[in-house]
Amino acid sequence: MANELMTIDFAHFTPGASFAGGIMIGIAAAMLALLNGRIAGISGIVGGLLRPARGDVIWRIAFVVGLFAAPTVMALAGVSPAPRIEAGYAQLAIAGLLVGIGTSYGSGCTSGHGVCGISRLSPRSLVATAAFMLAGIATVYLARHLL
Amino acid sequence: MSGLAAFAAGLVFGAGLILSGMTDPAKVIGFLDIAGNWDPSLALVMGGAILIGFFAFRLAARRARSFLGGAMHLPRRRDIDARLIAGSVVFGVGWGIAGFCPGPALVSFASGVEPAAVFVAAMLFGMALHISVETFLRKP
Repeated sequence: MANELMTIDFAHFTPGASFAGGIMIGIAAAMLALLNGRIAGISGIVGGLLRPARGDVIWRIAFVVGLFAAPTVMALAGVSPAPRIEAGYAQLAIAGLLVGIGTSYGSGCTSGHGVCGISRLSPRSLVATAAFMLAGIATVYLARHLL
Repeated sequence: MSGLAAFAAGLVFGAGLILSGMTDPAKVIGFLDIAGNWDPSLALVMGGAILIGFFAFRLAARRARSFLGGAMHLPRRRDIDARLIAGSVVFGVGWGIAGFCPGPALVSFASGVEPAAVFVAAMLFGMALHISVETFLRKP
């Protein structure tokens, strides 16, 4: 067929590493929930540091320090993040602002809603995840195929 | 002890983000670009994470205290309001523009990627803006 409904990018498809990374993210979320009684939502953890409450700061800082240590530890294992960033500085600034405002009003991001919330079968998180996935897909469609 | 556990969780989380490809914005955009040459890898990230998370949160929901003895702080809200949807849409637009969501942006920033620093600074500004606006609106 000349017009395929969907084409899969097999050259960049990394099912093994992505699934294994997902399992690790799940384990991390399980650790934080079962050991600390907290949701591993990055925007929520960081947002909470911007309005610190007594007794609610150390675990947040410890988690973020762990997150920051990850690239160094992974480099020792020979895995680098190697990000390919196509957006320019102006786009990055606008995108960052939208992500900061959006995750604050939406009470979560890919980790808090997408991973933890869906794992908990939370109706709020199911709706939020559908909303940000569809918005992300629409934005990329607009930028790549229409503009 | 709880600080150490949170550090370990953050480390494993960040390592998972790197291994999975989530810290590569081009890969994220390749996942969101369903009309182009679609890279479905990141669906497997979510699948793997939820596979573990589903059982972990079922266990967590039954516990009155964490395994380290602290209080459980799991969300209880079930209402779906305009804020949740509008906020998530705004987040999704930002995610689609840059290919960064908060976790991967912080990890890339920590690995010294300069453009990620711009994104993180703007994101923190956006979060602070939300706090200021909310604080202002709540003043009598």
